Amino acid sequence: MTTSTAGLAAPAPADAAGPVLSADVPALATRGLTKRFRGGQVAVDHIDLVVPHGSVFGFLGPNGSGKTTTIRMLLGLVRPTAGEFDLLGRPMPRGALDVLPGVGALVEGPAFHPYLSGRANLARLDAGDRTVDARTSRRRIDEALERVGLAAAARKRYRNYSLGMRQRLGLAAALLRPRELLVLDEPTNGLDPQGTREVRALVRELAVEGATVFLSSHLLSEVEQVCSHVGVMSRGRLVTQGTLADLRGLAATRLRVVLASSDDAATAASVLARLRMADPEVQDGVLLAPLGDAQPEVVNRELVLAGVGVRELVVDRPQLEDVFVALTGEGFDVDQ
Amino acid sequence: MSTSESTSQSTRGPASESARESVGSVAPAAWAVAGLGGSTASSAFVPVRPNPLGFRLLRSELRLVFGRRRNIALLGALACVPILIAVAIKLSGGPERDDPGGGPAFIGQITQNGLFVAFTALVVTLPLFLPLAVSVAAGEAVAGEASIGTLRNILVVPVSRTRLLLVKYASIVAFGVAGAFAVAIAGVVIGFVLFPIGPVTLLSGGSVGVGTALVRVALVALYVAAMLAGLAAIGLFASTLTEVPIAAMAVTAITAVVVQILDAVPQISVIHPYLLTDWWLRFGDLLRDPVVYGDMTRGLLVTLAYVGVFVSLAWARLTTKDVSS
Repeated sequence: MTTSTAGLAAPAPADAAGPVLSADVPALATRGLTKRFRGGQVAVDHIDLVVPHGSVFGFLGPNGSGKTTTIRMLLGLVRPTAGEFDLLGRPMPRGALDVLPGVGALVEGPAFHPYLSGRANLARLDAGDRTVDARTSRRRIDEALERVGLAAAARKRYRNYSLGMRQRLGLAAALLRPRELLVLDEPTNGLDPQGTREVRALVRELAVEGATVFLSSHLLSEVEQVCSHVGVMSRGRLVTQGTLADLRGLAATRLRVVLASSDDAATAASVLARLRMADPEVQDGVLLAPLGDAQPEVVNRELVLAGVGVRELVVDRPQLEDVFVALTGEGFDVDQ
Repeated sequence: MSTSESTSQSTRGPASESARESVGSVAPAAWAVAGLGGSTASSAFVPVRPNPLGFRLLRSELRLVFGRRRNIALLGALACVPILIAVAIKLSGGPERDDPGGGPAFIGQITQNGLFVAFTALVVTLPLFLPLAVSVAAGEAVAGEASIGTLRNILVVPVSRTRLLLVKYASIVAFGVAGAFAVAIAGVVIGFVLFPIGPVTLLSGGSVGVGTALVRVALVALYVAAMLAGLAAIGLFASTLTEVPIAAMAVTAITAVVVQILDAVPQISVIHPYLLTDWWLRFGDLLRDPVVYGDMTRGLLVTLAYVGVFVSLAWARLTTKDVSS
């Protein structure tokens, strides 16, 4: 009896070793989350987000695709019309007061009292947190300011901050205490290239320290550079989500062959078929076919051996941007 | 400037070994306690036992209200009212005749006793100036935070909406108290400076010493502040309805004025006892010996009813509202 139990138990670790993240409780999971505004406009339409614990999740979508409304729902600011969600394993919005201390957030740009200094603004937010030790307030505020590079301007009034400094202060507010989850809405908005790099480094650092980062952006390059996972929003719907690699895989690498003479097209197509490649599109002596498992150099050799004049042979690696445009049907702002 | 530098240095301090030694001798004791672990341990999120009273937020809110230059200027303007009254009476050499129908209550007594400047000034400021000050604080309380977006930040800290509302209400009431006392204190001071001060002849005929009279002044100011707390509740509700602070301020101030107009129409005297402002000027009873409490008690009860209704409405509104600013 005991032996058979052991026998059954033995394979389990091997199974669990693969998808460790899915076995874990996700940092965030929504089920059919929906927001319909009073006018009847559906801002967020039945989305089922799963943000794995420890991931850097890029929440990508064009402006107005429902990202910020989703984030507001996740933080308990806006009441969902339908659906439910768990944050850090606790059902929301019931668990908000217990869960939110572990969540650092920057929602839709920084917002602070203009006539208070940066430091005083942070002190005000810290004063609202009943789960921190007031005696460590000064130290934590200083650390947060230091971390975002605002220590020198801590005593300046917020009114006199530049847009980039305001954004940094917003990030500092999210870092007032150690967090399990950071929800950052467009964190690099208004930052210069140097500031953008710093924020990216900060996000990576936070991830290394073990925090899950949920980062919304309309900038493809930003997501590509820091995120492990991506969810794509379009017109209130979650079009796709998964790892960055999954997303890249959505568009197959293609082989483009430009023939010297369009008369060779039929021969070339038969060569590709012999190599078990999918049927190519043929147009004016240009063949386009998904590369699949085929080796470009083998294709080239076989074509030449078959007497096909190859003028150009190009491996078309899909740009992530193409994938997004295909998914959302809209163009994205591309950084720099 | 030097303070800020030393602060940031001791912040970096705990990370290094050398700083650890200096913490004991130079930095305040709290820092030594705090000097464990930097910000590097994100996963080491340990919730601390909630502080049940949460006075930190209230203190922060009061600092916000009383640290704002505009609000201090408002209090300063209120304090100018008794000064203006006193100076005007001093320059004119006092009221020509003892005409009980001319001018606000108590103005005739000022030349005999400077303490009456405070009473006169409270009578003058209660219909409009004090309600305006309360309206400004109320409009700023929720609508002001919504308009600049700080409301969402404080809510995700998280601060429960109920707690935020109570703290906001307390701060508006505190501003009303400050307004009433700004008028009363300025009145007493300028009364001391410009007029003779002595035992105060009460409305009931007897007289009390200066010390007792000062206590009466304080009680009058407290009664006035309590009356303003009713308006503060209305203002708080108005503040939860909009994201435009000026609109909330205007609604509150206009409500105060309209109710006073209704209170002055004799044809509807049947509803007068239920109007908030009907009880505002009843503090004259504090200037009798013994003090007559009947009307003031009724005034406080009516105000309490208004506070109950409007704070509840504000709560119902704020706790169900989508914060999309």
